[in-house]
Amino acid sequence: MVEWTDSERAIINSIFSNLDYEEIGRKSLCRCLIVYPWTQRYFGGFGNLYNAETILCNPLIAAHGTKILHGLDRALKNMDDIKNTYAELSLLHSDKLHVDPDNFRLLADCLTVVIAAKMGAAFTVETQVAWQKFLSVVVSALGRQYH
Amino acid sequence: MSLSAKQKTTVKEFFGKMSTRSDDIGAEALSRLVAVYPQTKSYFSHWKDASPGSAPVRKHGITIMGGVYDAVTKIDDLKGGLLSLSELHAFMLRVDPVNFKLLAHCMLVCMSMVFPEEFTPQVHVAVDKFLAQLALALAEKYR
Repeated sequence: MVEWTDSERAIINSIFSNLDYEEIGRKSLCRCLIVYPWTQRYFGGFGNLYNAETILCNPLIAAHGTKILHGLDRALKNMDDIKNTYAELSLLHSDKLHVDPDNFRLLADCLTVVIAAKMGAAFTVETQVAWQKFLSVVVSALGRQYH
Repeated sequence: MSLSAKQKTTVKEFFGKMSTRSDDIGAEALSRLVAVYPQTKSYFSHWKDASPGSAPVRKHGITIMGGVYDAVTKIDDLKGGLLSLSELHAFMLRVDPVNFKLLAHCMLVCMSMVFPEEFTPQVHVAVDKFLAQLALALAEKYR
């Protein structure tokens, strides 16, 4: 089981309570599709992904980014059992969506970059440590049920 | 995944904009590397203090960023231009190349923090590719 200090819990909760899900979700998913273009393979039905500009204006991508970010709420509410919280979602990504789990890490890295831009100097070393620990637990849980 | 001509220009322009803050960014990036990925401290066991924000870490972060800036000037031939640095890393330092990716990520985070408007997705992909090419050039002599 993952151990969380009070400080880490406070940091993670604070980030989420100040989060603009639409803005950050859209920016993170767009950034992932632009920086790691092979991730576009999972978005065949999402309309025009021709270049960075069209990706950034694509409303379907924006909506999906928001959806993904809200998916992190589950981990926030169940920080002491993220592994089991995501068991079903992990199976979904494995069996139905067929997403290479390495993509979770790529998206997590983009989310970190976007949050860092938003928070600026407030994204302290301590904040980054806690945030990346949280995301790595989520990423691990999402990949866990692959078979 | 080599850089297009446009991406090389993007990299040079962004690093130009960044130059007044490059020391800060280098120092912060290395601090964050040892904080977020504590296993990287294993390369700094010869320092009295390898904790994030310590003097040796900040100083070395600045040194590394200096090397990255030098690599920008050699962007058209990283393998040739970084030959001696590659030999240093291969035969003396022997840093596992996986760590280049980790440091690159920390650099990108710091760039994003300091230049939120300028570090667009297009700049991000160009800089990420450049840092990846740099890492490959550094690992060229490893085996």
